[in-house]
Amino acid sequence: MNRYRRRTFGLELVMIGAAFVVGFPLYVLVNLAVRPTSDTSSPLRPTASPTMENFTEAWQRGALGGALFNSVVVTVFSVIVVLAISSFAAYPLARATARWSRGMFLLIMLGLALPFQLAALPLYQTMRDLGLLGTPWALVLFYSGLQVPFTTFLYIGFLRALPRDFEDAALIDGCTPVQGFRYVVFPMLKPITVTALVLNAVAVWNDFFTPLLYLSGSGQQTMPVAISGFVGQYVTNWNLIFAALVISIVPILLVYFALQRSIINGFAGGLKA
Amino acid sequence: MTTASSDRLSKTTAGVHVGFRRRLDNTPPWWFALPAMVLFAFVVLVPSARGVYYAFTDWDGLDPNYSLIGLDNFTVVFHDPDAVQAIWHTLLIAAAITIIQNGIGLLLALGVNSAIKSRNMLRVFLFAPAVVTPIVTAYLWRNLLGPDGAVNSLLGAVGLTRWQQDWLGNPDLALWSIVGVIVWQFAGYSMVIFLAGLQSVPREVYEAADIDGAGPVRRFWSVVRPLLAPAFTINLMLSIIGGIKLFDQVYALTGGGPGHATDTLSTLIYKDAFTLGEFGYSVALAVVLTIIVAIASTGQYVVLARNERAAS
Repeated sequence: MNRYRRRTFGLELVMIGAAFVVGFPLYVLVNLAVRPTSDTSSPLRPTASPTMENFTEAWQRGALGGALFNSVVVTVFSVIVVLAISSFAAYPLARATARWSRGMFLLIMLGLALPFQLAALPLYQTMRDLGLLGTPWALVLFYSGLQVPFTTFLYIGFLRALPRDFEDAALIDGCTPVQGFRYVVFPMLKPITVTALVLNAVAVWNDFFTPLLYLSGSGQQTMPVAISGFVGQYVTNWNLIFAALVISIVPILLVYFALQRSIINGFAGGLKA
Repeated sequence: MTTASSDRLSKTTAGVHVGFRRRLDNTPPWWFALPAMVLFAFVVLVPSARGVYYAFTDWDGLDPNYSLIGLDNFTVVFHDPDAVQAIWHTLLIAAAITIIQNGIGLLLALGVNSAIKSRNMLRVFLFAPAVVTPIVTAYLWRNLLGPDGAVNSLLGAVGLTRWQQDWLGNPDLALWSIVGVIVWQFAGYSMVIFLAGLQSVPREVYEAADIDGAGPVRRFWSVVRPLLAPAFTINLMLSIIGGIKLFDQVYALTGGGPGHATDTLSTLIYKDAFTLGEFGYSVALAVVLTIIVAIASTGQYVVLARNERAAS
């Protein structure tokens, strides 16, 4: 855009300074996670004799393997269900002009505005009565409904900007509406599906409040709740806690750095939709 | 090649042709929306409606015998100093995050959108905390902000011993420490949204401003800022609503303490329902939260829609 001037170099230094502010806590996190408990020197000083022991200990004592598995299962199933039912629902809602369509759209908008704290307590009671507390499937059910308004809203916005010619042609060629959606419309939704996938996966994976309510006290935990329980249990042993935090962060960052372009575009994608 | 293109051609003409002759009713059937609407009703609509109803009862979450008590729960909310304070904290946190996070996010976006060499790496790196689980970063910061934590060590190392604080244990500071942690994590998120807005500004617009002799500040204010209106809408929406609903970071950093110095509506709702068993009162607080969210989002929508119209 502009040439590289002395002022640009100054800006470069300021921005790298900002990166240090972001990086500093992460440095301390890793530095303390590899430190033996006996080492009580300043958290800033690079650990003299790094060890991997904290990681194995945290992994075993925190039952983090099971929590990681539950988080993966809950996230994968919830996101698949939400994307499937929301894109399916958005199709008639974006196209039809009848009164039922407007009514449902308004309900979706209402759902966008309702904070989940309001539904959380009565739903807790329903889940309890249905015997679904303490199972990861309750979470899949929960997120599948909870993420519908936002996801459907994204799809409706995208669909309204999409020309109808292709689906019309498909119907003329003898497709049923379901086939038309499956083979013609859904493939064209790919950009917004990527955005919805990224935002839903991050939201479900990171959610803490819901599994805190619906899984608490059971042996089944997701990663955020397992970490929270672990901190409560080993509250003074920060080296061990930091190892657990690193374990929970690494899978996320691996996925993030591997797919950074799609993920960042996914987050920014709501802007273009 | 020729067959493919002529095939496509005949399909389009057929479509147009038929379309002209008779209006096709190819609106997708309404039942496509059924699975989503059923789950949405089960998880959100019905429980929310029940929540509103329970707010007018003395239900404790277990006992099937409860009675309607009118507005009593709400009267209690507005006479309960803890609740009033929590409402105030909620609004303060939302306002502080909105201003600080978006201010820093915008500056970062302008920096990353410049000619600096590290811009691509910085964009990826500065955004990274936004994907990490908030409860995890909050526990990390709980240690860093402790009396013997890394923040105080750093201040000591650079000779600012006087600035060392008990960041989370001091009731006057704790709320601002929470705001700082959230800004640290999500400024990169605001940056990415602003950056998408900045990159949609056509190059010619910058060049035209340059030719007209506008400096960088003038160019930003008069040319770029109006074109960022959609990015502002999304960013303000996300941070205001996110700030109002805030739970995870408060739960992990201070648990609402010291005392009630950092309690928000969300932490109070959780405590009242699950440690005190006052479900009716707790859902009344949730109704207050809902009303605040509704006022904030409507107000914001009206103001920003007006601005976006004025800008275009």
